[in-house]
Amino acid sequence: MSNDFCTDLGQCRTKQFMTLLGIGGVVVLAGLYAFFTLEHHGHVLTGMNNQIVWGLPHVFAVFLIVAASGALNVASIGSVFGKPMYKARAPLSGMLALAMLVGGLAILVLDLGRPDRLVVAMTYYNFKSIFAWNMIFYNGFFAIVGLYLLTLMDRRLKLWSKPVGFIAFLWRLSLTTATGSIFGFIVARSGYNSALMAPMFIIMSFAYGLAIFMVVQSSMYRWNGLRLDENVRRRMKNLLAVFVGASLYFTIVFHLTNLYFAKQWDYERFILLDGGMYTFLFWVVQVFLGGIVPIILLFVPRSKDTEAMCFCFLAPSLVILGGLAQMYVTIIGGQAFPMNMFPGHQVSSSFYDGVVGTYAPTVWEWMLGLGGVGIAFVATVVAVRMFKFMPQDDFTELQMRRSTD
Amino acid sequence: MARLANWLRLAVLAGAAALMAAPSLEAVAGADLPKLERGKAEKCVEDTQFMRRNHMDLLKHHRDETLRQGIRTTKHSLKKCVECHASEKTGSVAASKDDFCASCHSYAAVKLDCWDCHATKPGKKPVQQAGQPATSPLMASTPMEGKQ
Amino acid sequence: MSEPIKQDTPAADGERRTFLKAGAAVAGAVVAPGVLLYGVSQARPPEEGASSKQRWGLLIDTTKCGGGCHTCVDACNAENGLDGKTGPQDPQWIRKVDIKDLRTGYVQSLPMMCQHCEHPPCVDVCPTGASMKRADGIVLVDRHICIGCRYCMMACPYKARSFVHEPLTDQNPEVPRGKGCVESCTLCVQRVDRDEQPACVEACTAEGHQAMIFGDLKDPQSAISQALKSVDSVEVRADLGLNTGVRYQGI
Repeated sequence: MSNDFCTDLGQCRTKQFMTLLGIGGVVVLAGLYAFFTLEHHGHVLTGMNNQIVWGLPHVFAVFLIVAASGALNVASIGSVFGKPMYKARAPLSGMLALAMLVGGLAILVLDLGRPDRLVVAMTYYNFKSIFAWNMIFYNGFFAIVGLYLLTLMDRRLKLWSKPVGFIAFLWRLSLTTATGSIFGFIVARSGYNSALMAPMFIIMSFAYGLAIFMVVQSSMYRWNGLRLDENVRRRMKNLLAVFVGASLYFTIVFHLTNLYFAKQWDYERFILLDGGMYTFLFWVVQVFLGGIVPIILLFVPRSKDTEAMCFCFLAPSLVILGGLAQMYVTIIGGQAFPMNMFPGHQVSSSFYDGVVGTYAPTVWEWMLGLGGVGIAFVATVVAVRMFKFMPQDDFTELQMRRSTD
Repeated sequence: MARLANWLRLAVLAGAAALMAAPSLEAVAGADLPKLERGKAEKCVEDTQFMRRNHMDLLKHHRDETLRQGIRTTKHSLKKCVECHASEKTGSVAASKDDFCASCHSYAAVKLDCWDCHATKPGKKPVQQAGQPATSPLMASTPMEGKQ
Repeated sequence: MSEPIKQDTPAADGERRTFLKAGAAVAGAVVAPGVLLYGVSQARPPEEGASSKQRWGLLIDTTKCGGGCHTCVDACNAENGLDGKTGPQDPQWIRKVDIKDLRTGYVQSLPMMCQHCEHPPCVDVCPTGASMKRADGIVLVDRHICIGCRYCMMACPYKARSFVHEPLTDQNPEVPRGKGCVESCTLCVQRVDRDEQPACVEACTAEGHQAMIFGDLKDPQSAISQALKSVDSVEVRADLGLNTGVRYQGI
């Protein structure tokens, strides 16, 4: 590739870059404003209550954290499984992973009842708590992926990229296992309490992370007036389809298992049939728009002109949308369903026992949640401008592969 | 963030050190020192200088012992501090800027979060059942207090 | 104050004990009250911590608990400084739950609060260790290190915990509470530590319902142990194997 060619965002279009940064900055500032307001007045301003204790901010936070570890998958395929096409994308993948983890964690921390005690969270550990383990995994993720990025971007350290990449791969699997287990280990509630949560979160992280990676990648190419190589495009869309299919598979198994246990019927009826908002989000957004439609988009043959749009932008965007819906159904739907303390009894009390919890996120929660997305966005935009994250494909090799395909 | 425990302690130490730097300093800068309402307290459970330096450690130690182990001695308990030091004007240790805790802490610019949860005033009325004093006599008569 | 469960102790005579305490308070400065009181009371001295030789528990007789009666709830609110509001964001440490058997139509009412489990899920999940169990089995939140993440509320099978959504003022000096932390029934730990019963139990007894017995589950002579030996009692959500300190009779 010749040098006068615009190879990354940073070399051209400063004005547009500043605009993007400005938009991201405003979103981040809105999130911070929401944080200070909530910190001052308390969570009384949110829709969260003593029944729905984790709300919209947690939907965004957990989604970002899960997607962060999934985004690293692209790098892992390159470093651990030695695929050159993915190796060229490893730096972008690692950077995206870090950016999203920062965004997700920021939401989690800023939503705490006592965010001023963050130092307590970092100094007092209850090692029986999966939440404490998550904090260790998050912090380690920064260190390991940071190191990994260094080995990828510094020629002198290139030799180390494979072993460090392998550690990063194992670490991200552990991290998502722990994230899924935040829900899997909750014995109290019908919607959680399943060993399937951890592997399901891992497979979903593959899908969400890759989807976000593809959207970012195609935006970068488009921005620079480049076309993503057809071969690369095809391979990535096939991989995404596999991940989305696997996510759907896990979703089916999860609910089928529940349907087999009589004590879980009420919960399944709630999510699958008469949960209102949650049923809608599950079937229409998570399963249909976020699962079935992307698979169709990815597999139905289409003209070269629309192919790029469908494969690299539309389908992954739908997967992201479906992912957010899945988090909403899992996190909020799982809490809204009343706990079954007295099986076979109708229960009522002043504390909303036996009734479906009500939750309507307020504007502050939207600001906080989107603020975290904004942080990930700003971090990505800045990183892409300052460093070379544009995938550097070896075109001769791709050409060769295409001729043999 | 402003309330980080360690910063707190550092700042308090710095403030306390400044307070105790030298008697001459006190004479010179006396006008600037906090004027505080001691409340009805005549004599503290510890030496004043010692308390200036160490009250935060005593309180922290006591809070953990009381909450986690159920040790309920009163000598270094926050509740007892409040009972003695509540201002006679406001009835509180932190309601106005001259109150016992507030005066020094604003002087040393150390933010407290004790009062987010703890009452700044002694109990309104001697509580509970008839014949039962506000604090059980069992609580008031500890061997430790015997030393006073 | 009547003391139904302490009948095995030398201090069984409530009146005598109350009299002694009052007398001691008056004469506190001149006679050595501590020595005198240690002699007559079973209460541990304040410098001695909670001991694992004891485990505090409750037995609730749902057949004696009246639907529509909120005496225990009111007593709890007064003792612990809760305002008694019941909005979705308002904390409730104890609540009356009405249950109706869907097959038979049999209706019951019972108080529900922290069950003070031997293996509390809230303690397991707490990232900082703020959620803790005292040696004598009382489950508490250490507000000094609670970061307000609310994971314990997700994990509690009894919905026993509340989050403080708003700044509070004028707390009871013995019961610190504040915005941004999680809280729940403490079994009136401040009262238990001075050898009194939880406010709910006292109120229920004073009202004449006698539906709640408080005492030491590890003392075979205590009223609660004797009662547990003679009646059929269950844990709520016994399937979880948490070995709750609060047990129910008649459900």
